[in-house]
Amino acid sequence: MIVANGKPLEEIIAAVKDRQKILVAGCNECVTVCEVGGTKEVGILASALRLHFLNQGIKAEVGETTLQRQCDREYLVQARETVEPYDIVVSIACGVGCQFMAEEFSTQPVVPGVDTMFMGGALERGVWSERCQGCGTCLLAKTGGICPVSRCAKRVLNGPCGGSTKGKCEISKDVDCAWQLIIDRLKALGRLDDYETLMPIKDWSTDRAGGPRKRIKEEVAS
Amino acid sequence: MRLNYPVHVRIIRVPCTGKVDILHILRAFEKGADGVYLVGCMEGSCHYEQGNFKARKRVEYAQRLLDQVGTGGERVRMYNLTSGEAPLFAQYAQEMSERILALGPNPAKLAGAARKAKAAGETAGRGVA
Repeated sequence: MIVANGKPLEEIIAAVKDRQKILVAGCNECVTVCEVGGTKEVGILASALRLHFLNQGIKAEVGETTLQRQCDREYLVQARETVEPYDIVVSIACGVGCQFMAEEFSTQPVVPGVDTMFMGGALERGVWSERCQGCGTCLLAKTGGICPVSRCAKRVLNGPCGGSTKGKCEISKDVDCAWQLIIDRLKALGRLDDYETLMPIKDWSTDRAGGPRKRIKEEVAS
Repeated sequence: MRLNYPVHVRIIRVPCTGKVDILHILRAFEKGADGVYLVGCMEGSCHYEQGNFKARKRVEYAQRLLDQVGTGGERVRMYNLTSGEAPLFAQYAQEMSERILALGPNPAKLAGAARKAKAAGETAGRGVA
């Protein structure tokens, strides 16, 4: 899922302070799972904004809505009647959802209420960890299912580097050395011979180096 | 025991403090409450194991949010006691009541009253002119 983190409330308040009708828009997908942009968080943010305006003696209306997906025009079109009466939209979907919202409602200001961070999974309730950077050329088959691109600070493809100590990365004792994990995993799989094979130079043109990316599935694209 | 406690405390019964959501706390302030406190079981003796710990975390979250919006996080508190400690219940009610009286009314009510008074003054001013 895409993992995000809530923006500081002061930043959101600064963005909406001069508006009378504010809509807080959440998304039912990734940001709901990572507990930052679902119906619940929409309620909390809207309530906090209402309290801010009440405390300032300012009359403002703060609405709440949660779309099935903000990154899908199909759902944005359905939300038109809900969204249009408002002066500003605070989108607490990921950066993709926020941008799609802004594109769909081109005459209304749309501001983000979260900072989008990475693609990852939950280690436990309330703790998420990065697992993929969308490099466009997956290496997991060669590395025992552990990604050196997203989990190694240097994205080293033939590691570990000299900064690996007792299984931890030199950047922090809380960060596992991805290459230590890869070696341990290959050992467990009985595939340690694969580790001896040098990884060829990676084609980074499928990563961001090739500019903004687009995928077209010919079978379904019209 | 027939203990007394301050009359302006309104009790909302829940099956466990773990049932209390952050939204319940925030909405109470939106509706004009001057303070909110949760009274849960002693830590470690929750029938649902984690209920009162979850409630404490929510109270701390509410405190942070209320500080940021200007209501003041000190208006929310969490207390723990056992079901046999009625005098402590009354003491906590008294303590919270005194704390809120010292803090004064919910700022939202004061700001709302000031706004209404200003609007009324403007209307009266127009009437005279």
